[in-house]
Amino acid sequence: MLKLVANNTIVSEYEAVPGRVTSGPHGPKPRRILSRRNIVVYGTLIVVALYYLLPLYVMIMTSLKGMPEIRIGNIFAPPVEITFEPWIKAWAQACTGLNCDGLSRGFWNSVRITVPSVIISIAVASVNGYALANWRFKGADLFFAILIIGAFIPYQVMIYPIVIVLREMGIYGTLTGLIMVHTIFGMPILTLLFRNYFAGLPEELFKAARVDGAGFWTIYFKIMLPMSLPIFVVAMILQVTGIWNDFLFGVVFTRPEYYPMTVQLNNIVNSVQGVKEYNVNMAATLLTGLVPLTIYFISGRLFVRGIAAGAVKG
Amino acid sequence: MTSVSVRDLSLNFGAVTVLDRLNLDINHGEFLVLLGSSGCGKSTLLNCIAGLLDVSEGQIFIKDRNVTWEEPKDRGIGMVFQSYALYPQMSVEKNLSFGLQVARVPQAEIDKRVARASEILQIQPLLKRKPAELSGGQRQRVAIGRALVRDVDVFLFDEPLSNLDAKLRSELRVEIKRLHQSLKNTMIYVTHDQIEALTLADRIAVMKGGVIQQLADPMTIYNAPENLFVAGFIGSPSMNFFRGEVAAKDGRSFVQVDGVAFDVSAYPARAGLQPGQKVVLGLRPEHVKIDEAAAGDAAHQAVVDIEEPMGADNLLWLTLAGQSMSVRIAGQRRYKPGTNVRLSFDMGVASIFDAASENRL
Repeated sequence: MLKLVANNTIVSEYEAVPGRVTSGPHGPKPRRILSRRNIVVYGTLIVVALYYLLPLYVMIMTSLKGMPEIRIGNIFAPPVEITFEPWIKAWAQACTGLNCDGLSRGFWNSVRITVPSVIISIAVASVNGYALANWRFKGADLFFAILIIGAFIPYQVMIYPIVIVLREMGIYGTLTGLIMVHTIFGMPILTLLFRNYFAGLPEELFKAARVDGAGFWTIYFKIMLPMSLPIFVVAMILQVTGIWNDFLFGVVFTRPEYYPMTVQLNNIVNSVQGVKEYNVNMAATLLTGLVPLTIYFISGRLFVRGIAAGAVKG
Repeated sequence: MTSVSVRDLSLNFGAVTVLDRLNLDINHGEFLVLLGSSGCGKSTLLNCIAGLLDVSEGQIFIKDRNVTWEEPKDRGIGMVFQSYALYPQMSVEKNLSFGLQVARVPQAEIDKRVARASEILQIQPLLKRKPAELSGGQRQRVAIGRALVRDVDVFLFDEPLSNLDAKLRSELRVEIKRLHQSLKNTMIYVTHDQIEALTLADRIAVMKGGVIQQLADPMTIYNAPENLFVAGFIGSPSMNFFRGEVAAKDGRSFVQVDGVAFDVSAYPARAGLQPGQKVVLGLRPEHVKIDEAAAGDAAHQAVVDIEEPMGADNLLWLTLAGQSMSVRIAGQRRYKPGTNVRLSFDMGVASIFDAASENRL
């Protein structure tokens, strides 16, 4: 409504200038903010958003309370006395099994798993996708079909065979083994992603580069890579969140000292001894979820910038 | 000495034959245009010559060297694409020098060649810009420059002007012709635009269905098309076709079309026209005259349906022998629709095709 009034002032200002042609309405078409459509659309959105935010609210509130306050039982009430004790405990002191150094151990394990897995899988998949899109070799279609079928087979079917393979290779229970598993399982979807992206780039660019004498790797690094920032960001988001949130592979293919953060979180939350420390559990869960969340926030902006840069046609 | 030579070239994609045992010899310094509608295989042929497509059968020679299985870079060709295909992340200068850097040409030599190419094409002020900051005409100039710096014998153009607007297209067309005259390179130019073909080419190869229909200089293609397809494809508006039958009377031969007889005694037929033979008579719009006096055959009377003044020319659409035909006359001669006119024909430059084989008689 405020905007409407502002527009009216502008119009009257125009009319105040002598000799100015002011017949007819001016300025942008006035829009009613409180139209029925807006009320319905935004009303629904706000209600749904609040509904989904409620658990987060409860978690944050609980994590900032001391145990006596939690025992009162009102989960929606904000803390009377704010304490960060549960967060510190979750990070550095919570016990899982024999270790009492909190989630920090799991955090660093997860970093050591995620970073190499993401880098290796994206590096290999992007080259795969580039080769499949631009260097059509004999049997490329068959190869691609097999790769895609791989994406549809449930992970659980392959767990036991992979355990045997890793054992025979002597890397069962090590970080190397887990990184390898993550890399391989990321391959189908990432290759598909990259292949489709590279296939969408103008074919004549590739031809021009070949006439210019560039080979497989020169074209990949000098021509394709600089044009592919958006798809690399997408792949990175997919892989970081997917690998960070992985629980099954982490618990099956590693030993307790290499457990990723998710597994350790589960062990903290589900420990049956002693008092259930809800505030510590909530803090631990929030800490674990923080990494994917941060990735979304940071790369979301990068992603938009990447798209904008790529949108300029050559 | 031939510059590019294509021997029995075939290309199949599965069961689809795109090129069918094609032979083509291009002389040194010649400007050859591959002309045809989309899907006729002209771009495919160019890509085969460039080495961007593997051929199924046959051989390709460039400067008498068999390059059938060589990499594009080793063939001594430069190529210009329809979409310009400039590397978007590189400046104009980088775009020009990329190929030379890949080939590890010394920097001093690169600078020299880039300077020369940008001078020829007048793109020096643009060297530091990115392709996105250039207009379509400037981009295509840079794309030509990229072929120029390679210092090659054969230039390949794949519909280079198709993405430009009409005015720029005619400007760049002249520029390409000038470039050819000064460089004297062999140029192979693919287009579907007959004006480009007629204006630029030393010789035109008209293609259809992966086969060259006719290979000749532009005037021969225009005046003596080898078959019905070439005759109909070249010329705007299209050649007027009359389907009829050959008849002989008093030592003169005629083509009888729907009760109208065309005297074709003056037609330089390769073999005699047999009476009773089914033929197609082709007359270009400018080879039909409108007689003010009653000198024309009384039978060749027609009514003007539509007049299309085009400035220099005036195009009349009229009905003769039950079908619509076009006549091109000088721009200042005007006829109102409904006017009765008499026509006479210049049979010396007409074309007659066999109705069954569609070949020139």
